[in-house]
Amino acid sequence: MIELSNVSKTYGSGDNAVHALQNVNLTIPKGTIHGVIGLSGAGKSTLIRCVNLLERPTSGSVVVDGQEMTGLTRSELNHARHRIGMIFQHFNLLTTRNVFDNIALPLELMGEKRSDIQNRVLPLLDMVGLSDKANQYPAQLSGGQKQRVAIARALASKPNVLLCDEATSALDPQTTSSILELLRDINHQLGITILLITHEMEVVKSICHRVSLISDGKLVEDAEVGDFFTAPNTQLGRDFLNDFLQLSPPKELLERLEELPGEHTHPVVRLTFSGDAVSTPLISRLARECSVDVSILQAKVESIQDRTLGLMIAELLGSHEQTQQAMSYLEAHQLQVEVLGHVQRNV
Amino acid sequence: MSSAMFDLILQATLETLYMVAVSGVIATLLGLPLGVMLYVTRPRQIMAMPVLNQALGVITNIGRSIPFIILMVAIIPFTRMLVGTSIGINAASVPLTIAAIPFVARLIEGALNEISPGLIESAQSMGATPWQIITKVLIPEARGGIITGLTITLVTLVSYSAMAGAVGGGGLGDLGIRYGYNRFNPEIMLITVVILVVLVQGFQSLGDYLVRKSDRK
Repeated sequence: MIELSNVSKTYGSGDNAVHALQNVNLTIPKGTIHGVIGLSGAGKSTLIRCVNLLERPTSGSVVVDGQEMTGLTRSELNHARHRIGMIFQHFNLLTTRNVFDNIALPLELMGEKRSDIQNRVLPLLDMVGLSDKANQYPAQLSGGQKQRVAIARALASKPNVLLCDEATSALDPQTTSSILELLRDINHQLGITILLITHEMEVVKSICHRVSLISDGKLVEDAEVGDFFTAPNTQLGRDFLNDFLQLSPPKELLERLEELPGEHTHPVVRLTFSGDAVSTPLISRLARECSVDVSILQAKVESIQDRTLGLMIAELLGSHEQTQQAMSYLEAHQLQVEVLGHVQRNV
Repeated sequence: MSSAMFDLILQATLETLYMVAVSGVIATLLGLPLGVMLYVTRPRQIMAMPVLNQALGVITNIGRSIPFIILMVAIIPFTRMLVGTSIGINAASVPLTIAAIPFVARLIEGALNEISPGLIESAQSMGATPWQIITKVLIPEARGGIITGLTITLVTLVSYSAMAGAVGGGGLGDLGIRYGYNRFNPEIMLITVVILVVLVQGFQSLGDYLVRKSDRK
């Protein structure tokens, strides 16, 4: 369980002050995977570092597992950090320690006995699938293997919370999905609460339950992943989604697109449909019931967790009244209709 | 070469090694903590103390800016107080040590600089105390750089110890000046230089070997 209330972080003061975080409120229930997505410089890194106080918030409260973090003494804080694991984009393994000793480090820091360390590290090696690499050094491992070691190390002290700081950003897509799968298993088997920050929608889509969108140090959206992918509330959210779906009108069409309808123009629309609408033959009904022809320019269907999301860019061919009626018809059937512009007829 | 000459050269070589060893060991024992302090007390570091950091920096720079030959004569009263005399290899070891401490400290600081800040951050995220970060992360991770720095120090001490010979310090420098230069004996001068070259090569090779052995990157 992580609870941030009115967390702000300001660097510098006066005119040079940089507001990295502004009144961030975020509650992450025990056992869930929460993603925070945003562009670089939006405040993601600062946000995740405020949870274990690698960055101390300028104001606000940070509660992890019922414990207020900002009021702790140094040694209490070190103690609390044993209950919060963290992994990083660049793994941060000690180059002079082998895999076993890297995983053992947090236990050494806690003053565990050598025999207890052995009993704890071996099952962790097994869990991340690196039992045969115990005596190798990080330089001998691939990026994905290094991140597995880092995950095992983060779990060594039996934390209740795992913070993932762009944990897959330095990995190729295949390795990324295997690391995400490992994180999902960990969440599932151990019930660990995971907070991750990322700039990749793919990461959010694959493992998160909830997602927050951060922009200029503020959380601008906070939603179930299924809702966020079907209906983002902000322009930034839609930009992320469109980037992810790679669905935007062809360049040739964009050049012809006019903002306002003319006498002989057709509307070009982006249709987003989810839930029942996906499996309903709405396009053919549109042709029948509104006498509007639909010319599909692009279309895509995505599965997001248990939901299906359809996207389409299409030109509606018909008179002004007919196309207006068609759009109302679609909206009445729970589709989102966004008019991208208008193109001249017969071009 | 007469056997008397041989004995003289052997003794001078041992004296040089003695001075380098004594000053090298003591300077490392004092310079290593100073170098670590210079690093960890920087602003935003794990034991940030900017005022102390500034003060240590100034003292270190003063130590490094005094030419060795001047330092040697300038601290004669201190040397006398410490070892009871101002000539001989024990006396020469005092200014050698004093000169080497700030030298070692800056090289250690430089070696620590090479460590990725992410390693320190991840140790902090595990709840490591500053002392644990120093002993379990900083020094082991900087091992290669530290050995390189200590090798440079030993090589520098060999040449400084020869300078100490100019003021009656003993060792190979002393031998070279008194027999090779003052008595116009080019053979002795050449042998002295050759032995110094061999010593430096030996230290460097040993250092390189240890760095290679410790390198896991």
